[in-house]
Amino acid sequence: MSLAALVRRNKQYDFWFSVISIMCVLFSLLALTTLLLDLALEGIPRLSLNFLISFPSRFADKAGILSAWVGTFWVMFITAFISIPLGILSGLYLEEYAPKNKLTQFIEINISNLSAVPSIIFGLMALGIFVHSLHLGQSLLTAGLTLSLLILPIIIVATREAVRAIPTSIREASYALGATQWQTVKHHILPYSFGGIATGVIIALSRAIGETAPLITVGALTFIAFLPHSFMDPFTVLPIQLFNWISRPQAEFHVNAAGAGVILLTLTLLMNAVAIIIRYRVRKKITW
Amino acid sequence: MKSFKLYVLMFMVTTSSVFAQTRLIKIDGSSTVFPITEAVSEEFQTLKKGTVQVTVGISGTGGGFKKFCRGETDIQDASRPISKEEMKTCKDSGIQYIELPIAYDAITLCVSQKNTWLSELSLPELKKIWEPQAQRKIIQWNQVKKEWPETPLKLFGAGSDSGTFDYFTEAVNGKSKASRGDYTASEDDNTLVLGIGQDPNALGYLPFSYYEANKAKLKAIAIINTKNKAILPSLKTIVNGAYEPFSRPIFIYVNVTSLKKSEVKDYVTFYLTQAQTLVPQVKYVPLSPKAYQADLTRLQKNKIGTTFGGEAHIGMKIEDLLLQTH
Repeated sequence: MSLAALVRRNKQYDFWFSVISIMCVLFSLLALTTLLLDLALEGIPRLSLNFLISFPSRFADKAGILSAWVGTFWVMFITAFISIPLGILSGLYLEEYAPKNKLTQFIEINISNLSAVPSIIFGLMALGIFVHSLHLGQSLLTAGLTLSLLILPIIIVATREAVRAIPTSIREASYALGATQWQTVKHHILPYSFGGIATGVIIALSRAIGETAPLITVGALTFIAFLPHSFMDPFTVLPIQLFNWISRPQAEFHVNAAGAGVILLTLTLLMNAVAIIIRYRVRKKITW
Repeated sequence: MKSFKLYVLMFMVTTSSVFAQTRLIKIDGSSTVFPITEAVSEEFQTLKKGTVQVTVGISGTGGGFKKFCRGETDIQDASRPISKEEMKTCKDSGIQYIELPIAYDAITLCVSQKNTWLSELSLPELKKIWEPQAQRKIIQWNQVKKEWPETPLKLFGAGSDSGTFDYFTEAVNGKSKASRGDYTASEDDNTLVLGIGQDPNALGYLPFSYYEANKAKLKAIAIINTKNKAILPSLKTIVNGAYEPFSRPIFIYVNVTSLKKSEVKDYVTFYLTQAQTLVPQVKYVPLSPKAYQADLTRLQKNKIGTTFGGEAHIGMKIEDLLLQTH
């Protein structure tokens, strides 16, 4: 085969590969847009102030998602409160402090495996530990703890990836100037890896906000027409309310479900937006 | 370090904040009964102006009974009578209960509105279609009856975890959970509505309320009853027992210890007196006024236990059962 023919053939491969790639992108975009449009078209007309400040009701047009979104808000608050410090500190320890031996390796493998465990398993474990052994009841606190366990592995892995990405030369420079390990972590490692950690945290929280199965297992409720006063109070969350409405026979309830879906999606998008802003600001500040 | 102390302090303050001492009624159980209990709870809370709080979960009849028998809930929603096993669990943990039928549900056999040739079915025909031996053998309509077309038989039905499945299989095949497996099974009845509605060769069974909400897509099939009459499900035929054997009662079970709390007693009394108006609003079939009266008597006389002995009675009239027990 002549050189020209070889070049031509390879260029053709190149062309077809890019065509296939574009098709793949278009396909996933199309599927996503269809889903979003369908949800938005049905759900957005249902949104109103009343929908946000009413409790569930047997009349679809009077029903609202107050207890559901307040529940989601508190559960996410508790989850973030517990999982973020635990996750980041564990990740830092494993990457910066832990001796590299068999035990550390064993722990690392297990953490990576944990992030792939189905959420219902966490629900069952939480039912046994938090509800039955520790008597925390079917409360907001139990839900927060359960979801924290669920997303801890994700935060730990993300923290480690972010910390690992910092060049060793930065650490060495810091030590050379006489900084202790803690000073190095505090002034260099943490600030530089903050963008990556924040992204991991938000991805983890976005997963938690849509979880239904482990919360149903620990005893989240469906009808609840009052707001929690303390973290020991019963609760419901948006995905559970959504699921209940979509499984009702009357079409009016399906519209409510779409409305709740739009709100849930908006919350997730907001959280992602915050992550992107944080990451952008941090990146701008770092000058090596 | 200061910020860390603040962090811990904040968390402790928020977690241990006031234990609000409002009175709480805990209900869990079947998602079939849920719409009725939701309606009653909504009205009851409005009536009590926030002094009593009611929570309702949907762990399913089986899952709910587990909690009920551990004494974690005050009231249990059930789409079937308590089973023998559950009776034993409750007995072992010393939980006594009062059984109160609160409405009817009717399993409705449906075909698509596009189906022009099927309007009634007999029990032997249903058995021929649904029995376990029919699996992979009865696959065309004309195999059931010669006059029917030579088109594929497409079946839709409840998933094996639902009370509807238990009841239907017992009524048709004589044994709970005995069914052919090669049909489209779904726990989500709306999926069944879509499936049956699109296909002129489809046949499926659904709770009555799902048929009612989707009359534009579905056609109900009349069932030939023991008196040899083809009966369509309707409010009238379900209550007077003509639509048999597919009309069944649904229940609430009340923990006797919980009943000593005035708010629980109030709630159950309210439930039974308001059911007549609230049940139709959520598209279920109410019992007769006489039956609710019998329920109230049961409650006042503190009549403990079940009248079913752990089995579903097929094709019974709730009125007869309620009256026979005292």
